[in-house]
Formats: sequence, structure tokens, C-alpha cells
Amino acid sequence: MTVVLETRGLGKRYRRRWALSDCTLAIPAGHVVGLVGPNGAGKTTLLNLAVGLLAPTEGSVEILGGTPASSASQLAKVGFVAQDTPTYAGLTVADHLKLGAHMNPGWDAEVAEARISRLGLDPAQKAGKLSGGQRAQLALTLAIAKRPEVLVLDEPIASLDPLARREFLQTLMEVTAEQELSVVMSSHLVSDLERICDYLIVLVASRVRVSGDVDTLLASHYQLTGPRRDPESLPADWDVISASHTDRQTTLLVRSESPIAEPGMTVDRIGLEDLVLAYMSQATKPARTARHAVEAQR
Amino acid sequence: MSLGGTTGSAVIEFHLDARSGVSPYLQIIQQVRQALRLGLLSEGDQLPTVKDVVARLAINPNTVLKAYRELEYEGLVAARAGVGTFVTKTLADGSLAAHGPLRAGLQRWISSARQAGLDDDSIEALFATTFRAAIKEEVT
Repeated sequence: MTVVLETRGLGKRYRRRWALSDCTLAIPAGHVVGLVGPNGAGKTTLLNLAVGLLAPTEGSVEILGGTPASSASQLAKVGFVAQDTPTYAGLTVADHLKLGAHMNPGWDAEVAEARISRLGLDPAQKAGKLSGGQRAQLALTLAIAKRPEVLVLDEPIASLDPLARREFLQTLMEVTAEQELSVVMSSHLVSDLERICDYLIVLVASRVRVSGDVDTLLASHYQLTGPRRDPESLPADWDVISASHTDRQTTLLVRSESPIAEPGMTVDRIGLEDLVLAYMSQATKPARTARHAVEAQR
Repeated sequence: MSLGGTTGSAVIEFHLDARSGVSPYLQIIQQVRQALRLGLLSEGDQLPTVKDVVARLAINPNTVLKAYRELEYEGLVAARAGVGTFVTKTLADGSLAAHGPLRAGLQRWISSARQAGLDDDSIEALFATTFRAAIKEEVT
């Protein structure tokens, strides 16, 4: 399986503060990958390292098998939309397309113009006068029209209203169906990711807590509720992700590759949002990075 | 992957219920099966192209492909490369003719339940429990 993004022991330090440390992961190609994590987890730093806007302090990062931004051909393969979908406020929509055509050898003018007219954007309009949703769509159009092999998006929809958000994701999914494109997108809106992502990475405090195919993750996690149990009495081979106890009741989230049946406890499936939240709120357990990086490579 | 063009001749449209807890892939399968059962879809009809579905619902193309593959595996549809996915089997059988009278009977039952003062939730709950009890009786 081809790997779009691979990092080994990747770290980035700003003066004395580590924004990302010891990050090891491998993302297979052909997926729409959701990168989730709380603010400050290192998502933006990771994505900036992936596209070559930042250089690593330690460790290594490879995108599509090469060093990020190391050559013109390497740059042409990667589309990037930075946080809050920046555009040039003083330039018109048409200027943006012209700029895109000049700077990208593989520029697809037809795609760009078709998108702009479908979005109903006036080419003479200054980008600074566009709504947030229109600006996001313009930034996405530029990234798409360069015909990249991988599209990296940093929180593109966080600041958009629900309608603009839906429209942005519709465009993104349409393009994913049209072109054979891998997408890596960071977000903390898990409900949106649930619709569009088929691969998920949960990053907390610069560590990968869990990563994998969404269907596989959902099929291998179980929520168990029942009368209060002493944590010591649980089967030793259970991988307990989270546990909460009241005086009378115990609720567990257990990861298991084989179905779980436990007398006296109700076993339920769990949704993606609850799964993500369980991993995000998991206190600083020892890093599971290495193991899951290996799983992701399979 | 055959994604098909935008032919616009599809007969049904999918919708997603995010709150249902049923995965999008299963929801698509269920909606096709239901449309087949109700006679909305019949042999030769085209399912919406993958591109149309993802552009409308903003969902992952792989989700739609997976659902269509499953339907193909069940022998309900067949993919024609470069054209689209077409219905190959009809689930609506002779019983379809009975739907009208049965629906009318059910409507009468619902209005008498309303007259008796049942609210929507109670009507649904009553129907569901009776339905389950009836199935149990048939089995035993």
C-alpha cells in the first residue's frame, strides 16, 4: 500500500516549547483522513511540517515518498489550504486564478473556471469582499485546480456557518470522487468528519492516540455497562480505553478485535464521536504510538 | 473505480439521518432495498452515480462504493463500467397490489388511535410492540 504521509519520531520546537514531539505515523493513500485532537495538540504544526512550511527539529517526515517541498515536482503534487483558508484580500477572484496558473505547472484552468462559475463567484470581486464560505471555496478551488495527488487541509471549515460548511464538504467530496485524490484534513468537528472520513487519526499532546480505518475502529470498540465492577476483576486481555464508575454502575469502553460477551453486562456499539472523545479525554497513558503506527502501515 | 458521469436519469435520491446511529453505508443500502420493495425502483433503473451522491450528501465516495458493492453482491444491482449502477432485480412481488388496501386499513387504524387520544409516540410504541409480539407468536 502506498503511503501519503509518513513521520518517524517527528518533533518541532519553538524556542523552548515543543509544539510536536516524537510523532510517528503512516497514512495510507486513497483515503479521506481526519486528523482530530484538542487545540494545541500539534495538528497545525504536523500539517505545516508535512507540506514543508516548517522544518523538523528532530525526526523525519515524508510526503508521497519525498521530502516536503524539496523540488518543484514535489510541490506540484501537494495541495495545501492553510488554517482559516487565507486568500489575498486586495486581489480579485480572477487575479487568484491568474496567480494559480502562473505558479503551478499542472494548472487546470478549465476546472478552476468551471468551479468559480458554479459557485456563482464574480471574477471581478475582490477576495476581501467575499463571505467566509466563498473565501473558503476560492481557496479550495485554487488547491484543486493545481491537480495535486494529496490535498492537505488545516481546519478549513471551523469558522464557517453550517450551510457554508456543508457546501465546502460537498465540493471536497465531489472532487475526491472525480480525481483520484488523497485528503488529509484536520478538524475538531467530529460530526462532519464522520460523514466524509474513512480513516481517522486522534492526536493528543503530539502523540497519536489511535489511528485506523473508521469502519475497523467502529467494529472493534465496545461500550459495556453493568453493575459496578472492581477494575481488577476485568479480564486481563481487555484493552480498556475508558472506565467510569458510580456506586452501582460501571461503564467501560473496550477495544477488542473479537466480539465481547460478558455475563451481566450490556454490550453496545459506539459512535465515532464518542470513540474520539474517549481517546481525547484519556489521561496521559503511555504512548500507543508505535503499535498503531505499525497497524496503519499494514 | 467506475464512478460514472452525471447522467441525471437516476430515479431516487438518498438522504442521511445523522442521528439514527446507523452508518451512512447501511442507510444507503436500506434505502435501495426499501425503494425496491415499494416498487419505486425496478429492473433497469439507474442508481444515482457516486459523484452525484457525494456531491449531494457530502459523504465519502468510498462509503457509496461500498454500499453499491454490497448491493451488487446481493445480486440486486450491477455496475456497468463507465455508465453507472443499474437495478437487476425487483423485490416488489405480487404483494405490491395488496399495499393500497393495507395502507388504507392502517390509516383507518391510525385515525381511530388518534380519536382514542393516543399521541404519535404512543401510536408508534403500540404498533412496534404489537408487531414484535405477533412475530414471536408466529415463530413459536
